[in-house]
Order: sequence, then C-alpha cells, then structure tokens
Amino acid sequence: MNISNELPEKVTTIRQVDKVVVRFSGDSGDGMQLTGMQFTDTAALAGNDTTTFPDYPSEIRAPVGTVAGVSGFQVHFGSTEIYTAGDSFDVIVAMNAAALKVDMPRLKKGGIIIANLQGFDKKNLALAEYPDGVNPLEDSSLENYIVHKVDITKLTKECLAGSGLGMKEIDRSKNMFVLGLLLWMFDKTLDNTIQFIQDKFSKKPEIADANIKVLKAGFNYGESAEIFTTQFKIAPARLPSGTYRNITGNHAAAIGLVAASEKSGLPLFLGSYPITPATDILHDLSKYKGNGVKTFQAEDEIAAICSSIGASYTGSLAVTTTSGPGMSLKTEALGLAAMLELPLVVIDVQRGGPSTGLPTKTEQSDLLMAMHGRHGEAPLPVLAASSPSDCFETVYEACKIAVEHMTPVIVLSDGYIANGSEPWRFPKDEDLASIKVNFLKEANGENGKVLPYKRDENLVRPWIKAGTKNLEHRIGGLEKENDTGNVSYEAKNHEKMTKLRAEKVKRIQSFIPPAKIDNGNERAKLLVLGWGSTYGAIKTAVKESIDEGFDVAHIHLRYINPLPKNLGWLLFGFEKVLIPEMNSGQLLQLIRAEFLIPATGFSKVQGLPFTTAEIKERIIRMS
Amino acid sequence: METLSLDTNEKLNPKDFSSGMEVKWCPGCGDYSILKQVQTIFPDLGIEKEKFVFISGIGCSSRFTYYMDTYGIHSIHGRAAAIASGVKAANPDLDVWIVSGDGDAFSIGGNHFIHLMRKNFDVNYLVFNNQIYSLTKGQYSPTSERGKITKSSPYGSIEEPFNPSELALGAKASFVSRTLDREPKHMQTMLKRAHAHKGTSFVEVYQNCPVFNDGTFFPFSDKETKKEEALFLENGKPLIFGNNEDKGIRLDGLKPVVVDLNSNGFSASDLWIHDENDKTKANLISRFFDAEFNDTFPRPFGVIYAEERPVYEEDMQHQIEEIKTKKGKISLNKILSGDKTWNIL
Repeated sequence: MNISNELPEKVTTIRQVDKVVVRFSGDSGDGMQLTGMQFTDTAALAGNDTTTFPDYPSEIRAPVGTVAGVSGFQVHFGSTEIYTAGDSFDVIVAMNAAALKVDMPRLKKGGIIIANLQGFDKKNLALAEYPDGVNPLEDSSLENYIVHKVDITKLTKECLAGSGLGMKEIDRSKNMFVLGLLLWMFDKTLDNTIQFIQDKFSKKPEIADANIKVLKAGFNYGESAEIFTTQFKIAPARLPSGTYRNITGNHAAAIGLVAASEKSGLPLFLGSYPITPATDILHDLSKYKGNGVKTFQAEDEIAAICSSIGASYTGSLAVTTTSGPGMSLKTEALGLAAMLELPLVVIDVQRGGPSTGLPTKTEQSDLLMAMHGRHGEAPLPVLAASSPSDCFETVYEACKIAVEHMTPVIVLSDGYIANGSEPWRFPKDEDLASIKVNFLKEANGENGKVLPYKRDENLVRPWIKAGTKNLEHRIGGLEKENDTGNVSYEAKNHEKMTKLRAEKVKRIQSFIPPAKIDNGNERAKLLVLGWGSTYGAIKTAVKESIDEGFDVAHIHLRYINPLPKNLGWLLFGFEKVLIPEMNSGQLLQLIRAEFLIPATGFSKVQGLPFTTAEIKERIIRMS
Repeated sequence: METLSLDTNEKLNPKDFSSGMEVKWCPGCGDYSILKQVQTIFPDLGIEKEKFVFISGIGCSSRFTYYMDTYGIHSIHGRAAAIASGVKAANPDLDVWIVSGDGDAFSIGGNHFIHLMRKNFDVNYLVFNNQIYSLTKGQYSPTSERGKITKSSPYGSIEEPFNPSELALGAKASFVSRTLDREPKHMQTMLKRAHAHKGTSFVEVYQNCPVFNDGTFFPFSDKETKKEEALFLENGKPLIFGNNEDKGIRLDGLKPVVVDLNSNGFSASDLWIHDENDKTKANLISRFFDAEFNDTFPRPFGVIYAEERPVYEEDMQHQIEEIKTKKGKISLNKILSGDKTWNIL
C-alpha cells in the first residue's frame, strides 16, 4: 500500500511551538513505556529539553482493556527549559477506550487525541465501563478537541501482511506505528529509533525488519493521510552549552555509585533485594561486573543490608538499595551500622505507603523514618535527590560523606525521579570531587595497641580493613568505650558515646555547601522551601510567579541531616515559609522543631507529583 | 587442602588467639570447651592470623567473637550468616567463621541459615546447640523437645523441634557434621574437617547449658551410656555401637535396622558402611533423630555429609574476571556519557 501515491495533493502546515506535553496511554501490554522513552530520546537528541513521567499500574498485566490496566508515559519537551512532566497534556495517544477515560480529564481544551480505532470497539468500551451504546469517538463529547481516529491495529496488520510473523508478534509492533506517526507529527527523524530497533533485535533480524517497516508506515501515514494537516516544530532548547545525555534517576544513582567507587579506589559492593521502584539500580549495577562491581541479590532486605555491612568491614564501598517497606526491615541493621561506625550508603527510592501501599506511585513519606526510624538514638546523615540527574550527584555526595565520616548515609529518591528522565550535562571524570580514603595501616595506640574508636578532629574513627596484619580487632553492637572499642556498660560512658556519635554527624555541617536561593531574592515576602523530587514543580511555579510580579523565592534542600549551617538565618529573613511535600508535612515538622518558625505546609498524598498550577495557586493565596 | 600458608616461620600458638578479654560465660558452660578447641586447632590451620574473621549474632554463643584475637563482628540477632556472606563475597581471601546458637541460627536467623547453605560460601558455621534460650534466661528454643517445660512453656512446649542436620541437608548444605562439647578431640577433628572443606561447613555442637538445660546431652558423653547412645561415624567404616561394640546398623532396602552382632548371625560385613558422599544415606542418618528411630538408634556424631560443589565467592569472582576479559573495563568517562549524547553549543 502506498498512500502517498494516492494522495499527492496533501498540504501540511508547519507550526512552531515552544513546548508540548504528550501522553502515551494504553494497556500495560501495549508498549507505551518503550514508545514514550524512544520518543523522548529522539526529542532529546534533537536538542529539546525534556522531562518524563512513566505512570503505570503495579500489576504486570492487569486485566486487558480495563481502567486499572492503563499504563501511561508522559513527556514534556520544548525549546525552553523544562522542569516538570507537565500539568496537562497537549496530545493524548489513546490505544483504547480505558486509556482515554483515564487521561481525558487532563487534556488541554483544544488538545489532540490520537485514538486507536479498534481499542474503541464494543468490547473495549464495555471493559472501560462506558455506558451501553456510548462511544466517545462518536458522540459530541469530544467536540472541543481535535480527534484523529486511526485504525492502528489494522494498518499494522496490513503493513506486515506476508511478513511471516504470527498475529501476536504483528499486534505487538503496533506501538511502532504510533511512534512513527508521532515522530512525523513533531518533525523528528526516525534514525535514532531505527538504530535502537536494530540493536535490540540484532539476533532476530526478521523482528527488527518488521518493526522498522511498521515505524516507517506510521511516519508515512502522518505524511500522507489527509487527516493530519499540521506538523509541529520545536526548536532546540537554549540550554547551557555542553554535551548532554538523557538519564533516569535510578540509572543516575547506579552510575553515581560506580563513579564514587572509581574515584575512591574502593571496590563497590551492593547488597540488595528486589523491590519496586528501586530494583533498576540493582539491574544497572549488575551490568558493571567488568569494572569489578559486586552485586549480591540477598535472600531478604535484612540480608541485603547485613551483607553490605560485612563488605564495608572488609573495606568495600558498601551500598544497599530499597524502598519503604524494605527500609523498615533494614532499621535494626542500620542501628548496628551506626554503632559500628562503618561507611554504608542506603538508597531509599520512596513509594506510596504504608505497607504495600502504591508500589508504582510516588511519595515523599519516608523522610521521618530516614531521620528517626531506628531504635535508640542513632542520627545519620540524610540526603535527598531533587531530579533524575541530581540522583547522580546526591548519591556521589552520600558515598563521599559515608567514607570520609565513617557513617551510614541515607539517600532519599522517589518513584517520580527514579523512573522519570531528563537531559543531563554530565560531568567528566576529572570534574568529580575526590573521595579521601584513609585505611589504618599500623597500630594507632601505644605498644602496638589497636584503637578502633580513636577519633580524629572531626570525631571520625579509623577504617580498618579486615585482613590487615597486626590490626586484628573486634567491633560489635554492644556499647563500647571510646578509643579501645571495648565493651562498656558504664553509665556515663553510654551518654558520652551517644553524644559523640551525634556530634560526629552534626560536624558534617562544616563539609556541606550552604543553602542557597534557587530563585527570587533573600528579601522576598514568601519562601517556598522544598526537598527532593518536588524541585521541578516548585521551580516552575516560583519562576512563573516571579514573572507575574509575586514576591516569592525558592530554596531547595539536598542535605536534610545535618541541615546547612546558614539555613536558619535564611529562613528568619522571610515573612512566610511554605513547604510543599508529597506527605502530610514531614519536613514541616523538622523545620518547625529546629527553627521554631510558623512555616505553612502544603500536602499532596495522591501518589502523584505536584502540578505547577497547584503550587502556584498556593503561592498566590499566600502572597 | 589448604592453599594458604604462613610466609614466616613463627608458629602461632593457641594463646595468640586469645583476646585477653575476661570470658564471662557461666561456670561449667560448654562454650568454654568450644573456645578452647578452636584456639587449640587454629595454629595448625596454616592461615595468617589476620585472615581470620569471626562473625556472631546474639546469644551466649555469640560472645565468642570478643574472646578471639582475630577480626570479628559481634552483630545482631540472627544475622551473622548474612554479614558473613558480605565479608566473604567482598574479600574471598578471608577465613570466615560464623558462631551462632540454636535460637540465633534456626529461629530468628533461619532464613539466612538456609540460604547460606544453598549459596555455599566457603565459610564455617558453628552452631552451639543447647536446646534452650539461655541469654534471655530460659525459654524453649526451636531445637527444644516437645513437652519441654520452660519459663515460656510452663505446661510444656507444643512445638516440634528442628532436626538441624536434616534442615541443613534440605537446604543443600555441602558439609553437615555434629560434635559435642565433652568430646574435645572429636570436636577438634570436626573443626579441622570443617575448615578443610571448601564450601559452607555446618558444625552442630551439642553444648551443655548448666544453668537452664543442664545434662541434656550427657547420655552421649557419660561413660555409662555413651556407647549405647552415641554413634561416632567414620568414613568407610561400618556403623557399629553398643557397650561391647555388639550392635550395628544395616540397611534393609531403604530402612535402617539395628541388628545384634552376636545373636542374629550378622557380622560387620553385613552393616551399612558410612559414605560421607552419599546423600541418601546422609538423609537417613540425620533422621535417626526422629521419633520413629530415636528410641532404638544412637545419635550420630561426625561428618554426616560432605560434597564438593562450586562455592559462591569463586563463581562471583570468575564471572567478574570473565567479563573483564571479554568486555574489558568501561572507562568512567564512558559510563558517565552513556551511548547517546548530543552537543549544545
């Protein structure tokens, strides 16, 4: 079939736009995540700034065609800087009726719907629970939108007729038709995707050829079908000059660990147990065996952290990765690690809780657990990453602090930034801060005595690698005497050691950068104080508010324990402080308790990130 | 079997392994004997002192770590095996010993126990089994017998105990053995065998708790009863026991039967010959413990099962080396940039 020969007269209008939000939406098995990621990669390679938001159900294959089974991938791309995945969509690709039903409420007025016709047959409409006889594509409910009904399933079948592939395989490639069509719509090339398909199916050339054929068919369809009259052009973004790549938060965390291992010269050991949404870090690190990375898939969350403690005792850069429920299981061992004063990095990729909660949805509800979730008093440094690429720097920093201050460090990420992606002007090897490792080489006490808890001026004890000659020593969970590490039940000693351990963590304040204003000025009336993945939404909201004349500023925290030294002074300068969080007010509690200021909280606990509009509305209300 | 040897001529002696810390077990505790046997055989193992690492959990047994002048972590309840896995995976050169009790290993640490056996790290796992919780002052443990009267079971325990060697075999242990505190020479042999075995070596040590469970294992060591109640296994030798070495065990199909060597016309050559490498037989031996056999069968001590199979940390290392050779190390700059980049001018 060659449509272009049949329709030689088609005229296409080209419109320049600044930014667009596209939502790919379909069944869990429709391949929307892959389609979205490929589209994003192509947009990024073309120089657009991008932010993505994969939004999928926790079931691997929820009942086909139902609302519960809808898997969405949202990409916001543009020629200006993009900090969020977008509040609402310009374009929805709806592979079935359920997808449209779920995502319709957030389509902008006048937005474009590309609907897969066969996904709106009687069966699919019933599965999506539309009332009998109602089809949104055929009644007037979509008259304020531009609707393109495309029989993607049929067109894909026709394209692959005679390919020798089975119906199942043919049906599976329909997402490539969608991708081809969208790439045409936004004036992107197919090269990147063709390369991707060839690499992915290098051992199955017939599948590769079929997918490429369907991809091209989708592209050609856009070019030639009369219904598509407009193409959108988005110029490359004016980002700071440099070399960029696209990165997700989990991958950034993984390579942050590898980088810290390389720069410190310490072998990397990851003890981990699979848990959504943290598992990709385990997957990614398992690929770096060639760099000597050891990944240990432990029998449970407890063994995961315990094996890491063991590895740390032998002088490895030891890490464990998890999400909320796993974090709870690790808390006893975290107490041990705090007591032993061994370096350890714990990455908690937060999700909706408590219990199994919303495993694939995002939340910032583990902050207080990270701060206080241990038996006894065991303060630990807590850092939070603010964007996908920031996971790299935050994890790298965490490794540096853990090793240089002999302490476990907790890193908080969350489902939104872990799976979301953005372009990243990545650093070079030589740009990365050095990580100082000082293993004890010889006895540090008199007469060859080993003093495992003899502290330096920062109260840091020496790291003694098991296996070092003449430095045999025992450490343990029982309270110990300073210097010698000998077990001590002496009353005053326990108080002294409790204070020493806390003070050691507190002194890290002198090694972290001061808090700084991200946007606005120090004399503004209102401060929006954020932490973690709310960065993009707050940044955009504050920026837009300032442009509209509101007196507002933004500070975003990476270091939550200890807090930056200057934070109090900065906070006291603002009349009002607003703290938006995807929890019921956890940083709010910490800030109020620490600085005794009447900060105002703004909660969202829906498993979804804040929209810019939600935060902006609060800013306006408080201004 | 040892691959490491001392590079100096100075021979260590048992005292070199004493940390000098005051040992605080109760007088008469079986743990003293275990500490002594370990310290006695260590100089003979031919390992540099700094390579030894002891990892223990919580319980009376787990204080062991503090008394050895080696590297060690006295950790948290039940987790010694998990910590030891990390130690051995991260540094396969270390000579790792896990010290645990019946509660620590089989109850709170049960999951780590079975997975350690399955993964087969080359470590030694000593479980001091006294069939009671002692550090918490006397509650029934997962190895206490049904009906056991303790503070938490004043009317008798209603739980079926674990059979540790059967549990270990079921978890695919590659070395399963049993010894007891009152048989120092036998224990030394078992410790040496465990150390020589490449893979996870499980040594169950019957250990008397004089305070909360005194005398539980005395039938296996008291002169008057020992010969009838205990069977000391030797590889390649027939299963013979009894006061006058007049009883034997033979296999009737897959059914073990106790036979009288004097009266029934059976001689040693009719008996079951112990074969450490035979898993079917090992399973049967481990079941002498069960009610079905317990009354008439002696309790076996010695190496019940031994099998050479791949050890975790070596496979892990091999895989790394293989990938290093095949794909090489990726430069940090390449890791940072990934495969696809673009420039913005």
